Amino acid sequence: MSTGNMNLTLKVWRQKNNIAKGSLVDYKLSNISPDMSFLEMFDVLNEGLVDKGEEPVVFDHDCREGICGACSMFINGQPHGPLQGVTTCQLHMRSFKDGDTIVVEPWRAKAFPVIKDLMVDRTAFDRVIAAGGFISVNTGNAQDANNLPIPKVKADSAFEAAACIGCGACVATCKNASAMLFVSAKISQLAQLPQGQPERYRRVQSMVSQMDAEGFGNCTNTGACEAECPKGISLENIARMNRDFYSAKFVSEEEV
Amino acid sequence: MAELNAHIPEGELTEKWTKLRSSMPLVNPANKRSIEIIVVGSGLAGASAAATLAEMGYKVKCFCFQDSPRRAHSIAAQGGINAAKNYQNDGDSTYRLFYDTIKGGDYRAREANVHRLAEVSANIIDQCVAQGVPLAREYGGLLDNRSFGGTQVQRTFYAAGQTGQQLLLGAYSALERQVGMGKVEMFTRHEMLEVVVIDGKARGIIARNLITGELERHFGHAVLLCSGGYGNVFYLSTNAMGSNVTAAWKAHKKGAFFGNPCYTQIHPTCIPVSGDHQSKLTLMSESLRNDGRIWVPKKKDDPRKATDIPEDERDYYLERRYPAFGNLVPRDVASRAAKERCDAGYGVGASKLAVYLDFKANTERYGRIEANKHNIHNPDKETCMRLGREVIKEKYGNLFDMYKQITGEDPYELPMRIYPAVHYTMGGLWVDYNLMTTVPGLYALGEANFSDHGANRLGASALMQGLADGYFVIPYTIGAYLSKELATKPIPTDHPAFVEAEASAKAILDKFFAIKGTKSVDHFHKKLGKIMWERCGMARNAEGLKKGIEEIQQLRKEFWSDLRVPGDANELNPELEKAGRVADFIELGELMCMDALNRNESCGGHFREEYQTEEGEALRDDVNYAYVSAWEYKGDVTFELHKEELKFENIKVAQRSYK
Repeated sequence: MSTGNMNLTLKVWRQKNNIAKGSLVDYKLSNISPDMSFLEMFDVLNEGLVDKGEEPVVFDHDCREGICGACSMFINGQPHGPLQGVTTCQLHMRSFKDGDTIVVEPWRAKAFPVIKDLMVDRTAFDRVIAAGGFISVNTGNAQDANNLPIPKVKADSAFEAAACIGCGACVATCKNASAMLFVSAKISQLAQLPQGQPERYRRVQSMVSQMDAEGFGNCTNTGACEAECPKGISLENIARMNRDFYSAKFVSEEEV
Repeated sequence: MAELNAHIPEGELTEKWTKLRSSMPLVNPANKRSIEIIVVGSGLAGASAAATLAEMGYKVKCFCFQDSPRRAHSIAAQGGINAAKNYQNDGDSTYRLFYDTIKGGDYRAREANVHRLAEVSANIIDQCVAQGVPLAREYGGLLDNRSFGGTQVQRTFYAAGQTGQQLLLGAYSALERQVGMGKVEMFTRHEMLEVVVIDGKARGIIARNLITGELERHFGHAVLLCSGGYGNVFYLSTNAMGSNVTAAWKAHKKGAFFGNPCYTQIHPTCIPVSGDHQSKLTLMSESLRNDGRIWVPKKKDDPRKATDIPEDERDYYLERRYPAFGNLVPRDVASRAAKERCDAGYGVGASKLAVYLDFKANTERYGRIEANKHNIHNPDKETCMRLGREVIKEKYGNLFDMYKQITGEDPYELPMRIYPAVHYTMGGLWVDYNLMTTVPGLYALGEANFSDHGANRLGASALMQGLADGYFVIPYTIGAYLSKELATKPIPTDHPAFVEAEASAKAILDKFFAIKGTKSVDHFHKKLGKIMWERCGMARNAEGLKKGIEEIQQLRKEFWSDLRVPGDANELNPELEKAGRVADFIELGELMCMDALNRNESCGGHFREEYQTEEGEALRDDVNYAYVSAWEYKGDVTFELHKEELKFENIKVAQRSYK
């Protein structure tokens, strides 16, 4: 089915379920086209496995256009592979060479337990959002959208933080498995908007406390998260979050 | 047989919704707490409905097959969301949005539904901004707009090329807020496999926990299907890999009629297919047609590079054929025009199945404006291009990056090569004005229903409809039904109907494993896709459709005799999930061909080659086909057609013209 001429050796993490012991398993692939995406290369691998009556490699994926945040492969020691600013589904085989050996592992973090093979449980992120990553406005409560002018630079900066796709690459690459980039992106988006002010300090405290409860590590300012983030989320967000977190101790009139 | 009554309120078009909303029976707050609602799907329609219903006090259970509700495929919508705000002072109004949508849908949608959609469109923008959705703004701090196809006003709100993502994250935040408060119970990595019907009413679902493989029974006083469209019946589409018809199809088999299944939208600007390995197609947002001009060489098989072809040897065929709307004609028109040029031998690229989308002229124009702003007078071309590129980058940067990543070509230097691809399905479960299907208590919202787009959806209207249904329609209309259900106590899930529904879901799963054939699910899915694209794609004819039906029936036989599903049912098993979805797509594909064969006219996305004007435009037959096809499932993959007549009392039905 494939038309290319690349031959590859894959070392893929196989793990039956969350309690089983996993290991890297070798697979040889041939005739891979450089125009395939990394996940399409995995489709070829899996179709071959199914044809042999073996179980295909399980991995998360959905939109395959870099926006849903589902795909999550740790490729040769880097989340989403060697290219900057792309997710695994947007990585193409032209980024590799004929004859390469590619090691593929799941995200590894205490707060992201492996479900099977390359698939991990990232529901901790949802719980962090549920703890405060919102503006409390019920449907029907809104005023006319243009009654609240927001300076373009502020709006753009909030948008840049909001571009996070929640894939978890920041956690996977961090030596402390810290989720600070993810958490701070949401805090930062809302803290820069006038709509986000009423709950600003309450939000930062609840979200940080949930983040800690989930077992994510702390931040030691290495910056790997920013370097590996497929959406270019900036470390500035972490600084903003920390500032708000400490300010909350003094400014906030309410206890969380 | 269920009754096909659209329940459109009496009265003037502009008063229908206001009046209904104000006279709708209500459920008091204390009673809401004891009423349970199931929401299947967590995209714009599902998340907004689940959040809003929980805010109102109902007990909500929300299901999605993804690992988080934030990943529903609404996230991938790029270009924007329409709203009749008239912020640009360009003559927009509720009526104009209503009119454009009916005309864009080629006069095959219900007037009352579309007018309601236009009425609530402005509220959606207000709600989203209040949630902190960072929509694009002007320097004055007010919201910015751009143009989309099929309109002559600027009413599209956007957040760069990530509008769907930002709107969904807004709805997701609202949903998670309710999850945090314990008012919504969220079931991720769950797939609905059956609707439970008791005494003629929807009372729950059977869902499979995709991690453990366990089948679960869930009761609800009402069930909302917000499970998206069925474009993946074509295998290659812009939909996510997991997007499927299963929830809607199971509901169809339990009595919900399926409306206009043959209405599919082929989006004109997608990255062309590059090889057999391809698993999905990627859209390049319609917003690009604001600044991109579409052309092919005037000479057949022109071997020159696009940049070497001089201006007067280019055919800007949309601008030539449709001077009034130019590059911003609706999607069905633009797609067919691209196909016409390629079929005539003017296509570009290796496959000759592509046309150019060129940003050069507008890059230069923007550059000139920027130069003026910077007090550079008489700027040279290079300066203009450099400055203009910055503007283009700000508007469409992520799309340009995506294009480059996929094709390996730089669209800042060379025009994009694009070709139409399956994108959206206007058809879906038939619903009445209240969004209820023909099964009482079973509702369908968003792309899963057939309701608002007629035979062709205008760009930036899907996000509008999903959020309208979830935030502003269902919260009211569901009250009318639930107010009569106050006496219904939660039905224990050991009720025979639950037991039977679970057994039938399990029987299908067991059947997949029992086949022990030789071919993978994808093998059949790809075959189905090829049949659908060839027989029921951008152009259809009676002969091809008949062949298509035979081919699909044959494929169905092969599927059920030669499928191989590895692993077992009591574990995480993506091959098993796909098998269930493809089994349903195969049955749906047959119905789509039947519907297309029945409709002896061309309208919107449904183009029957036998019915076209001399200029090659779609030729409707309003005398015989001004109706919604609502198909009833009669068992064993047979269907019976019912018709809902469409009455146009406020709009004069005319031959659609964008010239």
